[in-house]
Amino acid sequence: MKALVCVKRVIDYNVRIRVKTDKSGVEKDNVKMSMNPFDEIAVEEAVRLKEKGIVTEIVILSIGLESSQETIRTGLAMGGDRGILIKSPDEDIDPLNIGKIIKKVCDKENPDLIILGKQAIDDDCNQTGQILATLLKYPQATFASKVEKNTDDTLNVTREVDGGLETIKVKIPCVVTTDLRLNEPRYASLPNIMKAKQKKIDILDINELSLDLKKRVEILEVNDPPERKPGIVVPDIDSLVNKLKNEAKIL
Amino acid sequence: MKTLVIVEHNNESIKQTTYSTITAASKISDEAYALILGHNLSTAVDELKKSNHLKKIYFVDKEDLGKPIAENFCDEIIKFLKDKDFTHVFTPSSTFGKNLSPKIATELDVQQISDITNILDGHTFERPIYAGNAIAKVKSNDPIKVVTVRSTCFEPCKLDSNVDVENISSELSTNESVNFVNYDESKSDRPELTSAKIIISGGRGLQNGDNFKLLEGIADKLGAAMGASRAAVDAGFVPNDWQVGQTGKIVAPDLYIAVGISGAIQHIAGIKDSKFIVCINKDEEAPIFKFSDFGLVADLFEALPVLEKKLQ
Repeated sequence: MKALVCVKRVIDYNVRIRVKTDKSGVEKDNVKMSMNPFDEIAVEEAVRLKEKGIVTEIVILSIGLESSQETIRTGLAMGGDRGILIKSPDEDIDPLNIGKIIKKVCDKENPDLIILGKQAIDDDCNQTGQILATLLKYPQATFASKVEKNTDDTLNVTREVDGGLETIKVKIPCVVTTDLRLNEPRYASLPNIMKAKQKKIDILDINELSLDLKKRVEILEVNDPPERKPGIVVPDIDSLVNKLKNEAKIL
Repeated sequence: MKTLVIVEHNNESIKQTTYSTITAASKISDEAYALILGHNLSTAVDELKKSNHLKKIYFVDKEDLGKPIAENFCDEIIKFLKDKDFTHVFTPSSTFGKNLSPKIATELDVQQISDITNILDGHTFERPIYAGNAIAKVKSNDPIKVVTVRSTCFEPCKLDSNVDVENISSELSTNESVNFVNYDESKSDRPELTSAKIIISGGRGLQNGDNFKLLEGIADKLGAAMGASRAAVDAGFVPNDWQVGQTGKIVAPDLYIAVGISGAIQHIAGIKDSKFIVCINKDEEAPIFKFSDFGLVADLFEALPVLEKKLQ
């Protein structure tokens, strides 16, 4: 079984986000970038499936600037076999277009399992897996917290849904998107980081895909969230309860 | 402009998220309609009929739709939309909507707008990005706007109406590549984190899992949900699904009580839409104080039992 893992390069989750003064977006210059944490979980899951002998090859795909190669290398150091970068001068590509690009890669690679994070922590869209499954007409198992291969060509996937856990059975080929509880990604060891440097990354220019990728959604401006008004420090529990009763009118 | 609301329910009752989504739809125009898909829907439809703002409710009642399998729901919705002139399709931004709505958008070849928090006009919306650390104002150029709605940002609609109902029959067959296996509902007497009015969360300051019992008594008295910071989850004090923050659950209760939580960026990102934030922390320099409406500098092991008593 061949697995395609899609990874996105995003601002590291520990970085404090600063909105640009011209409101065109957020500051990305000299900011630490990392693999989207949910995609890291996807790489880890693919590697675990390979260690169990279920997956035989792991292809790591990223779409974006040349620098996304580093993100692919991270995936290769964790256990991916080879990489594909679809190089684009523009990082802000609508999820629908991302879905169309990944589909193009799938048409060539024919993966049995496409696994990716449930959302990227930059645009927080939570769409790409669902879009891709729809375009490929493959079943989708989103927000996975457990993936088990059955003896036939199906997976049982437990999904984190509001109010509980839902398990569905999907036929392979399928699309799985990962949630937090699925696994804890490993740190790549130094020897594996060195080995990853030898692994192959195919680079394709986005224009070579002959897709119509016009933007559907314009970002008019990006603003800071409304600030919370400064709070007060209360001297004791009594005044806290009093404030909650009389000012917040909650208790 | 004409909006269709995709109803979230459990075949017996309507989820609150639906009522908030109806309110959002009513801000686009007076032409708001609802579509409910499921099985044995009569009680749910009776409940939904009371919603204000709706012109009409369409329902498809089929055994195959008894479980919310996105593939089957999507096929029905696309078939339904075919001979209609809806300009907007709104779904709650719950796991139900997040799973389903991008499929609808893809079938229509439009770009979905996720998780809107404000509607400026029929094409322009606000939505949080970077876990709410920035707000994007976005404009859709697509002919149909497929949108998911963050329900905590819109009041639920009133329920004193009596809306017309139309039964839609469907002969569509179900998708054979996906099957429902089971649903394991979290058995808790407490409300869900994402819909709770009051949340009390503990951080590393609690020191171990047993000490979370100190929060339980207070949670019981307030009818509150219980959560935790990532530090507390990583330390193994409580299960992962308690985690509130950028990589955990994003919450917006009326009251959020943070106990022994320092207030890391990634935690703040998950709670900043709360109406009131209260913190109890012995370190007065902790960043959480900057984000709290009311802060108490105190040793939580002394403060919590007193607070519980005062709530009698």
